[in-house]
Amino acid sequence: MSATRLILSVALALGLGASAVAAADRPDPVADAKAFQDYFVKKFPKVAFDDFVNGPYSMNADMRRQWEEKEQFPPYEFALEAGKEMFAKPFKNGKTYADCFPNGGIGIRQNYPYFDDKEGKVITLELALNRCREANGEAPYSYVKDEMASLTAYMAFTSRGKRFDIKIPDDPRALEAYEKGKEYFYTRRGQLNFSCASCHVQSPGERIRAEILAPALGILNAMPIYRSEWSGMGTISRRIVTCNSQTRAVPLEPQSDEYRNLEYYLSYVSNGLPVSGPGARP
Amino acid sequence: MKAAMTPHVMKKIVFALMVVAVGAGSARAASEADYLTAVAAAESANKEAGRLRNQWTVTQAALTAAKKAADAGNFDQAVKAAQEAEALAKASIVQATSEKQRWKDMEIR
Repeated sequence: MSATRLILSVALALGLGASAVAAADRPDPVADAKAFQDYFVKKFPKVAFDDFVNGPYSMNADMRRQWEEKEQFPPYEFALEAGKEMFAKPFKNGKTYADCFPNGGIGIRQNYPYFDDKEGKVITLELALNRCREANGEAPYSYVKDEMASLTAYMAFTSRGKRFDIKIPDDPRALEAYEKGKEYFYTRRGQLNFSCASCHVQSPGERIRAEILAPALGILNAMPIYRSEWSGMGTISRRIVTCNSQTRAVPLEPQSDEYRNLEYYLSYVSNGLPVSGPGARP
Repeated sequence: MKAAMTPHVMKKIVFALMVVAVGAGSARAASEADYLTAVAAAESANKEAGRLRNQWTVTQAALTAAKKAADAGNFDQAVKAAQEAEALAKASIVQATSEKQRWKDMEIR
């Protein structure tokens, strides 16, 4: 009898231990986002929270002055104007982008990406725009070129100041997408053995050659961006693809599941920060 | 005595010549077959890296260099570049495999 009791108590202890381990490993996006934001706030005590969306300009006074002057005639202005026209121009079937989006596509940037429970996957704004085109009989745009950047520039502009509000619904697939995005963010890749975090968590504010690295917190809030280095506009897809190749990793195809999940994670941990896009970077 | 030494010395000379011959064999110019073997090994490793979604740009560059050298008939150079591509591809596999757990060390908690 006492032997049975002993076995039972050992089994119970083991069970409790296992559940404690499971609890420690259970994904907790709310705790993640808090730890993520606290890390940057602590690392840069002089940077106002909302200013993290301004990337390197929040970290370097000289660059900030140059940027403020540049904003008098912002380099993304042409893309913004083009995007506004493209957005309003009807497709061949007479419909417009406004028909594909809530609130006619105005002031909604802060809600992207979102998790689509029907598809069981993350939907980014760039993906939603191309799906809108295809649903209306138009050819999709390149994810890394000017038209997509112009459209997202306009949609970001109409959402400026609205705070990122990315939701993770009560769906294990959404949590899995978030977790996979996190894994991608921290995974080292390429011959240089860099993860996204190597630059944008460990070294923001530091120089990498002539560039000042932006903090990961709020990095997507400024997208799309005009980059002087590119002499043109860049979408989120273009930014991620370029980051990959700079570490000598072969980039994945734009809007692959990995990139969509990464955008989901990175946007979620920047919840509460305002949309500042379109942006301009050196 | 002297006559008895001769076969022994002869054996030594033959052995030395064999060593030289083997050495010369390994230093011979690479053939197209050597290149094809080396490039197949490199491509196989790079394919595995692709399955792990972790190919490196430098692997592709080394493979391209190997093919270019082979097309020009320079199989020594082609084999060398293919072997480099294989080594790079294998390193990318090691990276992808070890990062399956190691990424957690970098996470902000």
